[in-house]
Amino acid sequence: MVKLENVGYQIGKQWLVRNINVTIENGALWGLVGPNGAGKSTLLRLISGELLPTTGEVRIFGKPIQSYPPKELARIRAYLQQKRDINFPFTSLEVALFGRHPYLNGTKETVDDVSIAKGALQRVEANMFEERLYPTLSGGEASRVDVARILTQAPDLFLLDEPTNHLDPRYQVRILNLCKTICSRGKTVITAIHDLNLASMCADQLLLLKDGVSVASGPPQTVLTLELLSEVYNIPFDVLPHPDGHLWVMPTVDLS
Amino acid sequence: MQKRTKILLILIGVLPVSMCIAAGVGAYQILPWRIPEILFFKKDGFAVLVHVRFPRVILSAVVGAMLAISGATLQGIFRNPLADPGLIGVTAGAGLGATIWIVLIGGGALGIWGLPVAAFACGMLVTVSVWKIAEGEGKVSTLTLLLAGIALNSFAGAGIGLMTFLADDEQLRSLTFWLLGGFGGATWQVVFVTLPIAAIGLLVLSRQAAALNAMSLGESEAYHLGVSTETLKRWSIFGVALTVGAAVSAAGGIGFVGLVVPHLLRLLGGADHRYVLPGSAVGGAILLVLADLFSRTVVVPAELPVGIVTAFIGGPFFLWLLLRFKREVLL
Repeated sequence: MVKLENVGYQIGKQWLVRNINVTIENGALWGLVGPNGAGKSTLLRLISGELLPTTGEVRIFGKPIQSYPPKELARIRAYLQQKRDINFPFTSLEVALFGRHPYLNGTKETVDDVSIAKGALQRVEANMFEERLYPTLSGGEASRVDVARILTQAPDLFLLDEPTNHLDPRYQVRILNLCKTICSRGKTVITAIHDLNLASMCADQLLLLKDGVSVASGPPQTVLTLELLSEVYNIPFDVLPHPDGHLWVMPTVDLS
Repeated sequence: MQKRTKILLILIGVLPVSMCIAAGVGAYQILPWRIPEILFFKKDGFAVLVHVRFPRVILSAVVGAMLAISGATLQGIFRNPLADPGLIGVTAGAGLGATIWIVLIGGGALGIWGLPVAAFACGMLVTVSVWKIAEGEGKVSTLTLLLAGIALNSFAGAGIGLMTFLADDEQLRSLTFWLLGGFGGATWQVVFVTLPIAAIGLLVLSRQAAALNAMSLGESEAYHLGVSTETLKRWSIFGVALTVGAAVSAAGGIGFVGLVVPHLLRLLGGADHRYVLPGSAVGGAILLVLADLFSRTVVVPAELPVGIVTAFIGGPFFLWLLLRFKREVLL
């Protein structure tokens, strides 16, 4: 369980995130939505322990996040970042194996570690280029290898920053299905996501942010409303029910 | 057996062979396979081997190992394959210390130890300053570290320039020779002072290998993978300052070893630092033993500064690397 109590983060005089109170139950898939610069990534970095809140407290499984040593924390939570660049000729398999770093006993990975990494690459259909050098992969291929890396890390809490970026629709759906599977095994996923339709399709709960403040939170049906969306994004929206039950969200474009 | 293990074993096999060849070649020729016999029965050539060749060959191997592993470490810390051990200011700082000693203080004081001690101390001082500038709120920014290193490098360079300007002809000659690097002054004393520093430095640096792998994803990713990035940076910079400081003090400024050797290793067997760091140490040792052999035999009876040799080999080699691999994103 992740609990944020009155969390705020300040750089200089500017509050990037303020007064966030959320309780995230185990096994839930939470989506963080909101415009660019709303504080989604900052919030994820606060939950990951990389940033320490200026006010309030982040608790993971009952303990304040700063009470975990880095290596122990790395076995509990994994973080998938948006930007990535590796300047060294590591193979995809090696990059996936980095996920075993928090479990390294000594300096070398065991045979088990290697088979865990290979299994993870298989789950994101990246096993066919496991021997290729990571810097030579396309954006989408590299994204899948990164997902494999955090699967290899085998945490209880997955923090994903725009995991569907660079992916074609097929892999977007695959990654989100993977998130669903992860959640069904009792693990928790918190993901920042721009695509409101993907968010509406897959998330159990959404947190809508604007200017670092929580505007609304709850199931997609209660968050993705006409009023809230137009207020937060400052453009008109159409919201329609999809035959499957979730909501279809479209910005209303006035091209004239 | 894994490819990387093979490469490491081959390098470890080549090192003693190259050292024996280097110990044999010179004005007084000794066949490498006769070395054990000469040592054991104290035959002709014993004095040359023990008092002249051995300290020189051992020192060049140790210096090569220190420079190359430092280069590999800094490339890992800065996540940039073009980083050079000189980046954190230790080389230029040591150079400044040495030139100040040569020009302003003069050879007499502290005997043979004056120059290396001044070089080492000044190298450390500059690196500590670079570190302190980059330090803020308990964290050290890698980018500031890099920029502060560049700034202090050029400052130290200006200091060296000033000393060159002030130097008289004789000072200028020893100054130039020192700045270009060489093992002409290798004695057992120097070897015995350098060895323990090298041992500590190599041990500290090789222990960072697994964390450096995680670091290549980026600093915050490394943190998310459980690496204490501040500890990693602190130990790495400490190890690099120690080893490069000792290397420069013992042999002057020798370029390109720290840049080229880690590249070669990555080219042969990939980027895993658990292989690149030890491989660079052994590879750097081989390279510098051979470069020194070349430098003292090519223009007999004179000696070419070994820094010129490494730059002559290193420069074109590096260009070749760039041209050959620019399409493969390796650089």
